[in-house]
Amino acid sequence: MLASRNTRASGARVAAAPAQRAILAARSGRRASVAAQAQKKEIMMWEALREAIDEEMERDPTVCVMGEDVGHYGGSYKCTLGLYKKYGDMRVLDTPICENGFMGMGVGAAMTGLRPIVEGMNMGFLLLAFNQISNNCGMLHYTSGGQFKTPLVIRGPGGVGRQLGAEHSQRLESYFQSIPGVQLVACSTVKNSKALLKAAIRSDNPIIFFEHVLLYNVKGEAGDKDDVACLERAEVVREGTDVVIFTYSRMRYVVMQAVNELVKQGYNPEVVDLISLKPFDMETIAKSVKKTRKVIIVEECMKTGGIGASLSAVIHESLFNELDHEVVRLSSQDVPTAYAYELEAATIVQSSQVVDAVHRIVGATAPVRA
Amino acid sequence: MQTMLKQRSGVRAAQPARRAVQVRAVAAPMKATTSKSPALTPEVAKDLYYDMVLGREFEEMCAQMYYRGKMFGFVHLYSGQEAVSSGVIRQLRPEDYVVSTYRDHVHALSKGVTAREVMAELFGKKTGCCRGQGGSMHMFSAKHGVLGGYAFIGEGIPVGLGAAFQSKYRHDVLGEEKDYSVTCSFFGDGTCNVGQFYESLNMAALYKLPHIFVVENNLWAIGMSHLRATARTAGDEDPHIYKKGAAFGMPGVLVDGMDVMKVHQVAKEAIERARRGEGPTLIEAETYRFRGHSLADPDELRSKEEKAKWLARDPIPQLKKYMLDNGLASEADIKSLEDKVAEIVEDCVKFADESPKPERGQLLENVFADPRGFGIAEDGRYRYQMPGFSSGTAVVS
Repeated sequence: MLASRNTRASGARVAAAPAQRAILAARSGRRASVAAQAQKKEIMMWEALREAIDEEMERDPTVCVMGEDVGHYGGSYKCTLGLYKKYGDMRVLDTPICENGFMGMGVGAAMTGLRPIVEGMNMGFLLLAFNQISNNCGMLHYTSGGQFKTPLVIRGPGGVGRQLGAEHSQRLESYFQSIPGVQLVACSTVKNSKALLKAAIRSDNPIIFFEHVLLYNVKGEAGDKDDVACLERAEVVREGTDVVIFTYSRMRYVVMQAVNELVKQGYNPEVVDLISLKPFDMETIAKSVKKTRKVIIVEECMKTGGIGASLSAVIHESLFNELDHEVVRLSSQDVPTAYAYELEAATIVQSSQVVDAVHRIVGATAPVRA
Repeated sequence: MQTMLKQRSGVRAAQPARRAVQVRAVAAPMKATTSKSPALTPEVAKDLYYDMVLGREFEEMCAQMYYRGKMFGFVHLYSGQEAVSSGVIRQLRPEDYVVSTYRDHVHALSKGVTAREVMAELFGKKTGCCRGQGGSMHMFSAKHGVLGGYAFIGEGIPVGLGAAFQSKYRHDVLGEEKDYSVTCSFFGDGTCNVGQFYESLNMAALYKLPHIFVVENNLWAIGMSHLRATARTAGDEDPHIYKKGAAFGMPGVLVDGMDVMKVHQVAKEAIERARRGEGPTLIEAETYRFRGHSLADPDELRSKEEKAKWLARDPIPQLKKYMLDNGLASEADIKSLEDKVAEIVEDCVKFADESPKPERGQLLENVFADPRGFGIAEDGRYRYQMPGFSSGTAVVS
């Protein structure tokens, strides 16, 4: 059942809070985490994703998983831990190392009636499957004149981790962005990761589902087996008035860290998690832009050709008169991600940059409230 | 639902052959052993003849239509290779699948797609099998199990594996009580140097998929001779493709691709093998395309002598002679088959010519199976609900 927009807005704010508390707890002590534990059972994001896959495989016998080490190893990030024991080696298929090959096999299986979830052990490895993702996954429904659909979910961890080096730190959302016929979804919390993955599995469209390598141990409450999110909806994380910050994936936490600081200084930013990187939820986006009239985009992909580049263009084109300031993009530097900690940190957006950007765009001191 | 998930005992991703002896016994590469063409029934012989003539006449008509400005872009004709398509595909069942490359018109016809649908597709009309959206290189038919038509060689083979995987899944995992569907992937000598070919050989053998690799070795990949592109197999004068099957634990078979009866026999064995659950086969059919790589290819690199040599082995007169010599068909039978083909080809051109072109409204329709994929517009409606969507004029990004 798809959540209505109103439910989502309030539900999302509740969902953000436990995960956010978990992050702060690590820094400021155990107070917040104890409070969080007193509520319903908290699980980690990898467990939530695993629950989503398990529930959907149980519900629909045509759902299957393919990827490297998804079976006996349980998945590099444990998202399919133990599932092969329940469903067997064919439904949780350990593939050889041949991304283009097994992605194509997933496409063929999807065309003929199965619903494969194809895992890239790291999103970056899917560069090797670009041929199949672009040509076949994205285009086949069209070039076949609507005869075949490709209901695949392509998922895996991407993003900058902890000193994993350039090749394991890639953000493929910007590379896949232009492929016609695919949807791009980025999860960020325990609750939305499970609900979105369930929706992605049920969707008849090919969905590229972005997880983040540093978010798998984030804690929170997941929904139950009927909690299925809307794939095309953004999530309002925090309502505000001064400025809207559009973000996604792990940068949501970086933004919320900055927002905590800004709130202390008297600012009132609105934060929207895009969730759907393609297509954009223009209703939510337009509403926030009109309300705040100032936009910052905080993303982890490169500045050039990134998700923010598209979003910025769309906002300028369609909401120009609603803006008091040009859209500000905070993106990763157009450099390969270095191994050294300091250089890696300098490549991606840090919360202090978000704070500075709000100061720049809203004013050095918080607006006077009537 | 749980009961449907019963697994046949011991079903796992098939283990690769562990003992070398076992591999050799199964995968001994061999030429087709029959020096004499194997026997056919009159019905099968006539069906093969009809199908080859249909393929040839259709393709020759395409050449005419192209030069008359009725079809455009890259058109790759199959003339000369008919024995492979007919020999393999005519014995497939409706629930079996075919995957091809850009040289796919005749594979589609052999599998049962009507000449009308294929020609209309080539003319870019909305009555084409893909509503005019695919074109020459992307023939698809859900009804007849044609999974495409792929422009990038090699990218269709894993798709073929996926269909084979699905068949095995339905039988082994979902417990559906029916035979395995067999998938045949067709591609050329050039494709045999693409990585996906090797990735697919490995997975097909590993998982024992009901999939047949049919290499139509016509010795040329546009202007690149197979001998210049492919390293020789160990101890051989030539780069043999069929021998690569053994490296992956599957039988590799070489067959004269200009003799439809030999192809038929070899394919029969491979199809039965796959149907029994014994896994994939690699068939290398030595054949030749009488025309250039595409209708835009000046075809200057292939020598006149080479072309003449292969033209003399045209599969169609070969079968005709065999049928007459062995009493499988009379001259009158053969003439009536040829007349029927001529009628069909003429009809399909007329149909394609008179068919309407796609309207603007088709532009956005098949991008997504679920049109919610275009997202939500500013006013809260899904974009596909906007009035301009069905007329193809909506702003969708």
